[in-house]
Amino acid sequence: MNLIAKPSKDNIKTYVPIGLFLVSLSFLDVFVNAFFNFNLMGFLPSQLSYFLPLILGYIGFYLIRIEFSGVRSLDILNKNINSNNFNALLTLFTIFIIIKSTPPMLDWFILEANFVGNSKDDCTGDGACWVFIKVWFNRFMYGLYPDSEQWRINTAFLILFTIVGISFFVSEKLKKYFILFLVFVFPFLGIKLISGGSFGLEYVESAAWGGLSLTFIISAFAILFCFPIGVILALGRRSSLPAIKYISIGFIELWRGVPLITVLFMSAVMFPMFLPDGTFIDKLIRVLIAITLFEAAYMAEVVRGGLQALPKGQYEAAKSLGMGYWRMNALIILPQALKLVIPGIANTLLALVKDTPLIFVVGLMELAGMIGLAKTNPKWLGMAMEGYVFAGLVFWVICYAMSRYSQNLERKLSTER
Amino acid sequence: MSKIIELKNVNKWFDKFQVLKDINLEVAPQEKIVICGPSGSGKSTLIRCVNRLEEHQEGNIIIDGTELSESTKNIEKIRAEVGMVFQQFNLFPHLSILDNCSLAPIWVKKLPKKQAEEIAMNNLKRVQIDDQAFKFPGQLSGGQQQRAAIARALCMEPKIMLFDEPTSALDPEMIKEVLDVMVDLAKGGMTMIVVTHEMGFAKEVADYMIFMDEGKIVERAKTKEFFDNPKSDRTKLFLSQIL
Repeated sequence: MNLIAKPSKDNIKTYVPIGLFLVSLSFLDVFVNAFFNFNLMGFLPSQLSYFLPLILGYIGFYLIRIEFSGVRSLDILNKNINSNNFNALLTLFTIFIIIKSTPPMLDWFILEANFVGNSKDDCTGDGACWVFIKVWFNRFMYGLYPDSEQWRINTAFLILFTIVGISFFVSEKLKKYFILFLVFVFPFLGIKLISGGSFGLEYVESAAWGGLSLTFIISAFAILFCFPIGVILALGRRSSLPAIKYISIGFIELWRGVPLITVLFMSAVMFPMFLPDGTFIDKLIRVLIAITLFEAAYMAEVVRGGLQALPKGQYEAAKSLGMGYWRMNALIILPQALKLVIPGIANTLLALVKDTPLIFVVGLMELAGMIGLAKTNPKWLGMAMEGYVFAGLVFWVICYAMSRYSQNLERKLSTER
Repeated sequence: MSKIIELKNVNKWFDKFQVLKDINLEVAPQEKIVICGPSGSGKSTLIRCVNRLEEHQEGNIIIDGTELSESTKNIEKIRAEVGMVFQQFNLFPHLSILDNCSLAPIWVKKLPKKQAEEIAMNNLKRVQIDDQAFKFPGQLSGGQQQRAAIARALCMEPKIMLFDEPTSALDPEMIKEVLDVMVDLAKGGMTMIVVTHEMGFAKEVADYMIFMDEGKIVERAKTKEFFDNPKSDRTKLFLSQIL
């Protein structure tokens, strides 16, 4: 009689142990099945043994679902993953899928994977062939940049990371100069160092640049330039002067309406046809300008969202203190508007980084492009999975770092209570 | 007597709706004027025209000898001389109270940072919130925020102060602290135009009362006369309802 009563505080002593036992049993069954390929319930008819973990887990979760049990951990558990029958089932499915998919993932990534060797023939196991990444690593990082000159790229990035690193520890006043240097001096210094052609450095044409370093170069330049252009376009779109307003709208809508791949193609192939004979603009620079303007249009709309979210009173207060248009925007409006749209800005910049692989249409190979090239090498056919998993991982690390930084910035700039 | 504010035949429309009808107003230095009237009567619009937060379409507005016109230079010069306090405070939430007060002196009047902060601290002391100087607006009560907003306007050392319903957004118990600051300011000889429904305050400080209805100045009279012996029926009706 007691056993079919609804779970409640009165029968907690019998129901919870039984419930926990049933849930553990169902997890154990799936675990043994997934990791050791052994069916604990094999003695039962096949259909029943297949569904048994689900049934056991379901009953178990039902038994421990006691409202206001007075046991803190049990209440938390029930509230979060076991609030009703549907949630209990969802919980079970999720945990089963995680347990089930762990062994094959582990096998492919590590246990059965191949780490040593120099060619595809060394990959004898069933798992991933990480030898591919190892052998091609240099190309994935530097593209076709000559081996003997790669120290230049390393130096440029080393200087960048050192300055960024130091700037976290110096006083506010010094920091300002560091940032000015990073924004106005370093980009050109770095490009000069990498492209060479003077100071006794051998000239390396931009077509040879590639790999992850090119991803970084393009992303950094595009971010650096698209941000101020975007802000100016956003202000322009809200301007009271019709000429400026309609030029801004036209620009934004034109670039937003065209796919990036088309823009890149035109910048590299069609644009030179309109130039006078003899003029030559480096392909990389043309591509950079195209990406920058393309992303600036998106940035403008994000910033405009922030401008529109500000109450009219902020504009009026700034005006009533005698501030003109530029001071009002620089001191009062933009600091608040940009802070509001940090998530949107981060979104646009992440999209920008992830759009860089599209430059393959004009023959430039950043990380994903180099991988695409390497996997078509006759000696390394069939390595697409390893390559793209690696690319995905690298892009994820970069983007996650950017995302964390933006969240950090949001917290730091918050002046709410 | 010389006039610091002069409005001559000012008309203003929002689209086809006329909000100000043939407004004539003169204010001498150190005079305190309180404007009252039902909502929608154009009181706020009138004082917002004085520092051109709203544009008038006809007539002349002359502030301290400078006529308000399209010229941005004139407008900015006048705004630097005319302080304004808003119903919603409109402090800058991303800046500390001290920065709120010192920002405009530094960037508009080009004062050195140190001097601007000194002026800011003095004005914050005057409104008795110098102990809150390093907090952000969101951390202050409504009354404190409004006093900070008054201090911010005073830091520009204006010749005229405009108050647009400064106590309407406040909890009843905070109204007094703001009014006390304003009374203090009035006694210090500031030229003030105040839009308010606080008739106690009006009786205490105002030299003249102005009653507006439907975009027109219905009555302009010395304070005592205005309350004791209003001339127009509309004013009588209004006063009977709020007193």
